[in-house]
Amino acid sequence: MEEMETTGYRLSVEGKTGEEATIRLAGRLSLDDLEPLMADLQAIPGRLKPRRLSVDLAGVDYLDSAGALVLIELQNRARALSIPVDLLNVSEKDHGILTLIDPEVLQRPPLRPEVVQSPILETLGELARKQFRDFQEIMSFVGELVTALIYCLAHPRLVRWADVTFYMKRAGADGLPIVALISLLLGLIMAFMSSLQLKQFGANIYVANLVTIAMVRELGPIMTAIIVAGRSGSAFAAEIGTMIVNDEVNALVTMGFDPTRFLAVPKVLATMVVVPILTVYADLFAILGGLIVGVTGLDLTAFTYIQQTKSSISIFDFVTSLIKAVVFAVLISGIGCQRGFQVRGGAEGVGMSTTSAVVSAIFLIVVFDSAFAIMLYYVRH
Amino acid sequence: MSPSDTEPVIIVENLTARYGDVTILKDVSFEVYRGERFMILGGSGCGKSTLLKHMIGLIKPYAGRVIINGIDICRADEETLQAVRKQIGVLFQADALFGSMSLSQNVALPLTEYTDLPAELVREIVRMKLGLVDLSGYENHMPAELSGGMRKRAGLARAMALDPMFLFFDEPWAGLDPVTAAELDILIRSINEGIGATMVFVTQELASILSLGQRVIMLHKEAKGIIARGTPGELRETSTDPRVLNFFNRHAM
Repeated sequence: MEEMETTGYRLSVEGKTGEEATIRLAGRLSLDDLEPLMADLQAIPGRLKPRRLSVDLAGVDYLDSAGALVLIELQNRARALSIPVDLLNVSEKDHGILTLIDPEVLQRPPLRPEVVQSPILETLGELARKQFRDFQEIMSFVGELVTALIYCLAHPRLVRWADVTFYMKRAGADGLPIVALISLLLGLIMAFMSSLQLKQFGANIYVANLVTIAMVRELGPIMTAIIVAGRSGSAFAAEIGTMIVNDEVNALVTMGFDPTRFLAVPKVLATMVVVPILTVYADLFAILGGLIVGVTGLDLTAFTYIQQTKSSISIFDFVTSLIKAVVFAVLISGIGCQRGFQVRGGAEGVGMSTTSAVVSAIFLIVVFDSAFAIMLYYVRH
Repeated sequence: MSPSDTEPVIIVENLTARYGDVTILKDVSFEVYRGERFMILGGSGCGKSTLLKHMIGLIKPYAGRVIINGIDICRADEETLQAVRKQIGVLFQADALFGSMSLSQNVALPLTEYTDLPAELVREIVRMKLGLVDLSGYENHMPAELSGGMRKRAGLARAMALDPMFLFFDEPWAGLDPVTAAELDILIRSINEGIGATMVFVTQELASILSLGQRVIMLHKEAKGIIARGTPGELRETSTDPRVLNFFNRHAM
């Protein structure tokens, strides 16, 4: 007797071509050696072309379902060549596994074909349809949101004010440090870069105008909006999306709450309040950044710099910048909530909606900002 | 397989489990034998799932040890633990199928990660495993398109992908209708008898405990440990502990 091996399989074939043949298998027929075992066995029926094939499993001391699969595939292969196969000395345990596997399912085609990349035209069409559907969904959400907001305006008692203050802290107070830091740096950079040019003309003092006008009219609202979109718009989408996945939104509906009013309105109201405030802070910190460059690098006194800053902007600029901030706030929170409500499926859906919330928000911010720029030009003149 | 086959393959010794300062389980010891269907019972909050998480090495115990196949998984290094984990299949309560992958991708994942098998063979194994759980033909369906019972079975197919010696089930019958649950019982029994994998269940599903359980232990919240052991029949018929009797007879405390 050979000594028992603990790993690997042993295989020997007896019999001549065209006659009866016996395959003796021993050792472990398992997933670990599946590939060579399958190759060895599959070759035998075609090579020997026996009249009858016997497989002796007397020496097999371990057989898992992968090993059983090999035996069944051998039977299938032999059957294709019209060779009868007998399994000999199958232990009770191995018999259990072999009967568990239905040879027929191995050949059965899937109920649905694998998804393959469709041709370019089809993909394009699908994309366009998706964009259109997306647009429709956004429009219908805007409708719902406006209805809910108007309803809340009429019934202020129904607004969840505790949620509003919570989100004001989250989107506003917690975001202040990063908004302040970025604006300060932006002010420093703008002042420094412009001073390099303006110095050549002895127009140092106009650094103040440049920083202030650029910041208050354009960059203040837009930078703040982009930061809030990244911080809070994404958070809104992820929060509502996860609630959708966990059936929490369905629970709200069954309890008779309007999810838009319950979840979206507090977030929208909160951002409408805090984004303008953050914008003012952003303006101030950018001006401070400009002031630092002016005082340290351009021989300006703080007083002249501030005087120049004051004279360079009008109340009109300031107010329109706040209006812009409010509009951006609605865009960010609205799209964040809408993307959240759109989530289907599981974890992946939440990730996609979060990404989409930020990307769409930034896109819309830029589009609306361009519209504002043109509109305000004509209002001013 | 046979009742006389009493070689312990999982040994839990004096296990104490804590979350922070809260002791969930204290000095729990028991053994699971090769090839048996072992059940951990108990009411909600008694620490069943905690015990299961300790047994599969997801949580390290506060004290005591868990030995699987001769390896102390609480003190094993990462490499050994990885080898033990390949011997373990787990069916989680919420099936835990990856929603972004089709069924065949879910089942193929451990195979492609842990073996060097060519794609054709992997496909074949996947087809076989899905056939084992009566899901042949559903290779390219997404988990979200399936019913609860089908997802449970798909989860089982994934748990069995590497032909593990041990299968752990966390509340496999939760959320299934009685007919689907009974079908799952039959499937689990045929797989247990066919493949011979050792199975450990955490459950409170009375019908399935009685039809499938070979040996059970019962945990209790206040006792923080085992209050009864034996076969389900023994516990139901001969126990004198009111906590056990109420559980088996579905009485309120």
